[in-house]
Amino acid sequence: MTSLRVSNLVAGYGAVQVLHDVTIRVDDGETVVLLGTNGNGKSTLIKSIVGLVRSTAGSIVLEIDGAARDLRGMSPESIVSLGVAIVPEGRQLFPKLTVEENLLIGAYRPKARPDIDRNLAYCFETFPVLRERRRQLAGLMSGGEQQMLALARALMSSPKMLLIDEPSVGLAPIIVNRMIAKIRELKERYGLTVLMAEQNFTQAVKIADRGYIIVHGEIAHAGTAAELNDNDLIRRFYLGL
Amino acid sequence: MSPTAFLAAAAAVAVAVFVAATTVGNEYVYFAGYTVLQYIVLATAWNILGGYTGYVNFGSAGFFAIGAYTTVVIYKTLQLPLLVAIPLCGLTTAILGLGMGYLTLRLRGVFFAIATLAMAIVLHTLIVNWPFVGGARGVYIIRPRDVAFFDGYMQFLFAVMLALAVIAVWIARLVERSRLGRGLAAIRDDELAAECAGVPTLKLKLISTTLSGFLMGVAGAPFPYYVTYVDPNGAFNLAYAVNSIAMPLIGGMTSWAGPLIGAILLGTLQQVATVTISSALSLLIVGVLLVLFVTLAPNGLVGLFAALSQRRRHG
Repeated sequence: MTSLRVSNLVAGYGAVQVLHDVTIRVDDGETVVLLGTNGNGKSTLIKSIVGLVRSTAGSIVLEIDGAARDLRGMSPESIVSLGVAIVPEGRQLFPKLTVEENLLIGAYRPKARPDIDRNLAYCFETFPVLRERRRQLAGLMSGGEQQMLALARALMSSPKMLLIDEPSVGLAPIIVNRMIAKIRELKERYGLTVLMAEQNFTQAVKIADRGYIIVHGEIAHAGTAAELNDNDLIRRFYLGL
Repeated sequence: MSPTAFLAAAAAVAVAVFVAATTVGNEYVYFAGYTVLQYIVLATAWNILGGYTGYVNFGSAGFFAIGAYTTVVIYKTLQLPLLVAIPLCGLTTAILGLGMGYLTLRLRGVFFAIATLAMAIVLHTLIVNWPFVGGARGVYIIRPRDVAFFDGYMQFLFAVMLALAVIAVWIARLVERSRLGRGLAAIRDDELAAECAGVPTLKLKLISTTLSGFLMGVAGAPFPYYVTYVDPNGAFNLAYAVNSIAMPLIGGMTSWAGPLIGAILLGTLQQVATVTISSALSLLIVGVLLVLFVTLAPNGLVGLFAALSQRRRHG
């Protein structure tokens, strides 16, 4: 069982408070999307969950392998070692290392080390372009290939939960389509629980079970994918119509 | 090549160098060769933190001097033989490196470099004000009259430094090709991304400062026996700090071969310049070469060779 419960979270940068009393949950095996336009706090929420932004109040409880713990105050590295993989915004690859080195660094977590060969083979099978480019520097690949590498690197840690921050940033629409399909494929293959922040409403809702709309750092609406799809609220809060 | 095979090959090269040096039949060869070898150890040590991890240490002279002064302390108290003193010197500077890491690793880039420079100055001041090790006046070390198996003490020191150089390069290569090395490379490339990928960045950086500190202390350990008179200005000489940065930079910072090539090239050039022109000129050479390499070959000689051979392969 893997689940994440964020309760009454308050976070921000210095004097600027970005998240006000945010409560969300991700249940076992679900794909949950955080929707919202720029500057509403999607990335801040993901960053507070993984320890890149310090939250000032509330709780972030991760239940994994039957143990529950509060992630607040933990470093990203120790959160990864619990079994949470992060695909950061803007991909955050190691541009001067090769594709293969990037992937191997993804398997730094002690628990992932015995599975390195299997995971690597699977990554190459799922993303054949990475096999072709394994000796190439990651920084020399196209944006779409880099995003695939970021996703593959996250999977190298044999995660139970995947946190993805804006997978569509800077990608052509057709590539976004392919990325979203890949995320679904990987989720099913690994039995992952996924939390994804995304601006691209139509693409994100395609694979989501549920979603939250975040407006000015507050959850403005929560609902299932079907509800989100034809809800008047979406037009008001999200599309601004 | 497996690590053991590499160690054997390096040892074979070292033996060949030693035999070649004995055939010259001049004590000065050992004297000059020692300096070059010392720089191999120092540059390799610097490169573990500076090249592999991406943290520029300006305080190499501090580590080197503390290694040398640990030998002085051992000489004045326990009077252990040099070969026993060397690992103890390394241990002292390893602890120093660990402490420096804990205090300064939250700083990045130029701020880290300034902190290391400041640390070297603090250590210099401490030594100047410690009469037991000679204070500002310095201290004399009397070499043992003779040493078993070797033809004179200078030849022995040369052999010791040769062995230390082999060990240092071997360790650097081992680190470079291990999971540790990959983690350090990730930190160098993008520390935040490394953290997000699950690399225990603080732990790896501390291992890096400790290991780098250890080898720097080892490089300085035989120094008092080499010069027989140690004073703070000699041991904390800026030349050590500058050279240990310049040599990996000129050779190439991402592989073990870089600091080795840089130290041999620059070290030899400095020795030649010292003899033929003047000792003051040797640092000038470093400066000029540094400027040339930073502008023309920012990845050092190793990077330059790699680029050239790639160009040839692609026609």
